[in-house]
Amino acid sequence: MKFATRLVNFDPAPDDPHNPANVPIYQTATFRQQSATEFGEFDYSRSGNPTRSAVENQIARLENGTRGFCFSTGMAAITAVTRLLRPGDEILACDDLYGGTYRLFSRILADRSVVVRYADFSTLESVQSSITSSTKLVFLETPTNPLLQIIDIRAVVETAHRHGALVCVDNSTMSPYLQRPLELGADIVLHSATKYLCGHSDVMAGAVVVNNAALAEELYLIQNGEGACLSPFDSFLLLRGMKTLSLRLDRQQQNAKNIAEFLASHSTVTHVYFPGLAADRERRIHESQASGYGAVLSFQTGDPEISRKIVEETKLFAITVSFGGLNSTISLPNCMSHASIPREIRGQKNIPRDLIRLSVGAEDAGDLIADLGQAFEIAADAKREVAVLQV
Amino acid sequence: MTFSADLYSTTAVRGGVSSDPATGAVLTPIYQSTTYQQEAVGVHKGFTYSRAANPTVSALESALGALEDTPPAVCFATGMAAISALFLALLKSGDHVIVSDVVYGGTVRLFRQVLSNFDVDVSFVDTSSPDAVRNALRPDTRLAFIETPANPTLKLTDIAGIAEITHDAGIKLVVDNTFLTPVLQRPLDLGADISLLSTTKYIEGHNSTVGGSISSRDEKLLDRIRLVRKTLGSIQSPQEAWLTLRGLKTLPLRLQQHCASAQKVAEWLERHPKIARVHYPGLASFAQSELAQQQQALPGGIIAFEVKGGADAGIRLMNSVRLCILAENLGAAETLITHPVSMTHADVPIEIRERTGISDGLVRLSVGLENPADIITDLESALEKIDFATTASSDAIDQCVEVGGAA
Repeated sequence: MKFATRLVNFDPAPDDPHNPANVPIYQTATFRQQSATEFGEFDYSRSGNPTRSAVENQIARLENGTRGFCFSTGMAAITAVTRLLRPGDEILACDDLYGGTYRLFSRILADRSVVVRYADFSTLESVQSSITSSTKLVFLETPTNPLLQIIDIRAVVETAHRHGALVCVDNSTMSPYLQRPLELGADIVLHSATKYLCGHSDVMAGAVVVNNAALAEELYLIQNGEGACLSPFDSFLLLRGMKTLSLRLDRQQQNAKNIAEFLASHSTVTHVYFPGLAADRERRIHESQASGYGAVLSFQTGDPEISRKIVEETKLFAITVSFGGLNSTISLPNCMSHASIPREIRGQKNIPRDLIRLSVGAEDAGDLIADLGQAFEIAADAKREVAVLQV
Repeated sequence: MTFSADLYSTTAVRGGVSSDPATGAVLTPIYQSTTYQQEAVGVHKGFTYSRAANPTVSALESALGALEDTPPAVCFATGMAAISALFLALLKSGDHVIVSDVVYGGTVRLFRQVLSNFDVDVSFVDTSSPDAVRNALRPDTRLAFIETPANPTLKLTDIAGIAEITHDAGIKLVVDNTFLTPVLQRPLDLGADISLLSTTKYIEGHNSTVGGSISSRDEKLLDRIRLVRKTLGSIQSPQEAWLTLRGLKTLPLRLQQHCASAQKVAEWLERHPKIARVHYPGLASFAQSELAQQQQALPGGIIAFEVKGGADAGIRLMNSVRLCILAENLGAAETLITHPVSMTHADVPIEIRERTGISDGLVRLSVGLENPADIITDLESALEKIDFATTASSDAIDQCVEVGGAA
């Protein structure tokens, strides 16, 4: 069965007497048991809920894993994965990381006896030189956010496994439609399901998928024990959002490609970060592990003031954090999504102050390009005015 | 900003709805509130009681208005609630209405079993023929109600042609545009006065809500319809309106895929030796293919066909599919297969069914968003199970007609 078919064709409500087309929203805290000693599949909605099970099973199927877990947010999912670690264990993470993940790793975990190291994963040598015998978890995003660096998943997995570490890939920028890290050897794939999986900018959710039974049991213990699980209604919305995943991404990444080409040829733009325009080696790695370039891209203008003006003058691109929705959005990562990374790390990781990130939506590409074009003109005019005043 | 006409993809995502003024929330909040505090006696911000209007429902109405290029639409709890309100708003006892002879069975039931009690007379007319419409006009005719493509035979009515006749006669033309939506067909631009949608279908598109809407460029008429809705109490709920708004955003994407897949499935069905007839506006063999190209942007996602071997063979097919879901409804992400005679059109009298080609063996297929190769594989293996040696028996149909027909 092809991917688009799998998105809509699944049994949403096994054993339901009414055969509804969609999973019922089981807005119930608890489930009556047959007797004091005989329990059904569900007893308490933190431990398990039929609506949540439907979406967990579907995400696991799409990622080609055996078991999925849904959490109230992407950060709750990442937190759950880090609970696999014990005091003294080390995390080795790629250094271009979502700001919220950085905050969790450096400001919460590091204070609780988990050692966190960062390395530039775009070269395997730096992964090899940073990994130690205490490294238990290797954590990466690819393409990274917001610099769209490409990391070779298979190569990192090979190195990590040689050192006995688990590999967790945050697949939020790609989704299982474009990239399936478990098939590339990763042990854990996780999502901010708020992004492409749900895709409508309306649900906060996280997901973790594994294909190892022991790891699944451990994660289930953490999910049930800590309780940051996805609500029934959000589970329903997430499942509904996923039905159009391939349609949305097909359109959004085509739009992103058109915009990347427009940006690359525009005089105001000094650099475009987009997997489709990456250097040969990176592009080849990406193409070997993903089937598309996604719909997130960043660019620089060489001038933070021009960048700020562009962000403020676009009409169709809303100024927001987050990405992956049908509405196009625009942001200055240095001030917004990655502001929780301390200035010294940000500088080191070189998230330039003039970097603009776009999350390209499903609007008409011509409308989006026209919108960027008019914002570029206003920004250039403002710059000329400042120059004249200074003379 | 002028939105491009590229199947209205920008309008579908952004049109008519702005970010929440209080918080900047990109999406409209779900106002699950019955009432609204008033600043002083008689001073309010436009909302008083959610039976009259609700901010979430209003957001959907503005979004639909942007798509139709009209003032905000009027949204209802179901498509039938919209049709009912429309007739109660426009008709009085003694009035006469012209209705396409092939329309959704629920519309037929409304006229024959409900409105008939109020002395509203109806003529079911083959509206694909302008002459038939002209001949059916009477001094007391108040409106014409057409569905194109018609459910389930897909017969087309020339909207602009009929609009000329109704305008000359001084009566209103209503088009049920549920099968195509304003993304693929623009009844109001073609001269109709009112465009009606069951938003349950393509507009919401995920099989997860029921709803209806009425659009028009006549503000007075919209006021009248809002008054009737407030009086009857058939407004859409905030939750359903919000889900519909969400569905609307992917409408152009979904419709492009529905149409592309339906074209493939229809061409495949037409070549299959066990298929007797395929009705699909995208086929060269479609009798009104010129009209389809003239008034539709794309052929649509619905196919009607007959299997050789008649009703028994058709029922065997519908009972044998595995990927396609045997269910009422259409326009959803999942491919739905329907037996109109026992399901959606059971309340249509047999003489009308016979006259209009709603045969006992007719199969309606609403092509979903699955990969079309998978849909074809499913139909192929279901067709393999049909054995022409089986003798036809109409008992099975008589039975299902008796139990079916609820929706």
